[in-house]
Amino acid sequence: MNNPIIEISGLEKIYRVGDVEVPALRGVDLTVGRGEFLSVVGPSGSGKSTLFHIVGGLTSPSSGAVIVDGRDMANLTDIERTRLRRGKVGFIFQKYNLLPTLTAMDNILMARHFSGANGQPLSEQFNDLLKLLGIQHRLHHKPRALSGGEQQRVAIARALVNHPAILLADEPTGNLDTQNSDRVLSILRDLNQRLGQTILMITHNPEAAAYGHRTVTMRDGRLREE
Amino acid sequence: MINRLVIENLKHRRLRTMLSALSIGFQVTMILAVVGLSRGMLQDSQNRARGAGADIFVKPPAASAISLGGANMPEKMIEAFFIRQPRVVRAAGTLVQPIGGISTVTGVQFDDFAAMSGIRFLEGGRFKDKFDVVIDEYYAEQNMKEVGHTVRFLNTDWRVTGIIEAGKLARIIAPLATLQEITSNTGKISQVLLKLDDSKATPAVITALKNTPGLEGYSIYSVEEFVSMFSIDNVPGLKAFIYVIIGLSIVIGFLVVWLTMYTTVLERTREIGILKALGASPADIVNILLRETLVLALVGWAAGIGLSYAANAAINTLVKASLQSVIVYDWWPIVAAIAIFASLLGATWPGLRAARQDAIEALAYE
Ligand SMILES: Nc1ncnc2c1ncn2[C@@H]1O[C@H](COP(=O)(O)OP(=O)(O)O)[C@@H](O)[C@H]1O
Ligand SMILES: [Mg+2]
Repeated sequence: MNNPIIEISGLEKIYRVGDVEVPALRGVDLTVGRGEFLSVVGPSGSGKSTLFHIVGGLTSPSSGAVIVDGRDMANLTDIERTRLRRGKVGFIFQKYNLLPTLTAMDNILMARHFSGANGQPLSEQFNDLLKLLGIQHRLHHKPRALSGGEQQRVAIARALVNHPAILLADEPTGNLDTQNSDRVLSILRDLNQRLGQTILMITHNPEAAAYGHRTVTMRDGRLREE
Repeated sequence: MINRLVIENLKHRRLRTMLSALSIGFQVTMILAVVGLSRGMLQDSQNRARGAGADIFVKPPAASAISLGGANMPEKMIEAFFIRQPRVVRAAGTLVQPIGGISTVTGVQFDDFAAMSGIRFLEGGRFKDKFDVVIDEYYAEQNMKEVGHTVRFLNTDWRVTGIIEAGKLARIIAPLATLQEITSNTGKISQVLLKLDDSKATPAVITALKNTPGLEGYSIYSVEEFVSMFSIDNVPGLKAFIYVIIGLSIVIGFLVVWLTMYTTVLERTREIGILKALGASPADIVNILLRETLVLALVGWAAGIGLSYAANAAINTLVKASLQSVIVYDWWPIVAAIAIFASLLGATWPGLRAARQDAIEALAYE
């Protein structure tokens, strides 16, 4: 693959819960190209979210190499991982995870605040994105006044406001009805095709997985190519 | 942006925010009230001492300037000595007797004392019989006494013959001879008040008195020296008491904020996880919680000042004869510092806990 954005080899992650060791990843190898839209499927508990958390710098691997946009994530301190996360990664979750006390717009601006781009006007490109997402007129509402589909679209805007190198979507349609799912998925495909946004998406639904260029399957902490 | 999150979070938990701020407010009021009372009562004593109209106060050996009682000075020294001194135009002896709590009754020769202090009657007039008393307007108001009523102290019923303007040395004035008799202090007084023909002569007269054989050990004060001794430092135990109140209020503020912030952190595990996913560092999380705490402390501080005005007004209208309170502006910054210190201390441990919290634990489990 030419100029990959993610290169993972021999990745292992063991959670320690008290005295018990829970192996979540048992040697994962994966390469993702720049501009690729990758779907990750697999049963519950197979380690998909753990893989995303490591790639996104929310937790550190137990062993193995993870290179994201040229940076090795394996041996970073907490602070370095935080800094990397700010610039390179956007997250979307199944449960939207908007901050409940802030309006949609403030949720977006909060992500911008941590990237250090506080106060600078939003780019023309980002305003186009808000139009694409169809949420411009909903930005001054708090999350509880928004439908699930609207909340997820706000979460997409928030994930992309810092122009991250990769977008990690962990079951983004898991809580949505078919119509809203389709809308979110076509938006992701649009983002990928028009802006060349690299996307990794976890899903249970084969139809959703089909939106990606390529699908990999996780089972018991290992990856298999379809 | 962070400030907006802080304010929205506090507004979101409105009741808890208000209760925590109110607790901090009570803590602030407690300190302000104790200091305000101490200072108010000392100022009232000062005003009354000034109101006596004397230039010089003379106390016998071993008497504290601000003591409530004691009578160790022979009354005949007035006739035999003080009134004969150069420049002294009037001399009045008083006998001060505690009558429970911090209240006292003052025995005087009415004519001497009235001439010196310029007593003004609001109602009634001077005492005539043995068990007559004159009370001041505050005492009359607080105890709802009028001329002709009876007041009881020292196991004796006294008839009120007059109500005087407040601020003339004493709240209750009784005939000196009666008070000497029923307290077994016949012929004795607590202090002598001297009035000079010209106040400017005060230092010279004091020097002369201090050099008089036989007055060794006597305390001789100008009125300004005398009132300057009514200070928080000179009341035994008062400073320690104020420190205890400050200490208690720090502990209370600390515990209240600890509990509030600890609950908040537990409740907001998910929110903290989201913030971390958005790129917040542990320091950012601590920063957010400390700012919330700071707002609580400042709102509490303002509420506490408001409450202290209410406490002040209540004290000065309901019990103005026995307690006096003033607003102590110079303590506002001090109590602000105390409230902020106690609150930040209380937020430290919950804050660090939140900062260390694993982001993915909060996000992974729904
Ligand atoms: N924070 C954690 N602490 C301990 N065990 C965890 C934690 N997160 C996930 N696990 C465990 O790791 C395994 C993989 O979980 P996860 O990555 O969430 O799988 P998936 O997303 O595919 O459902 C599971 O057995 C899960 O119980
Ligand atoms: Mg998962």
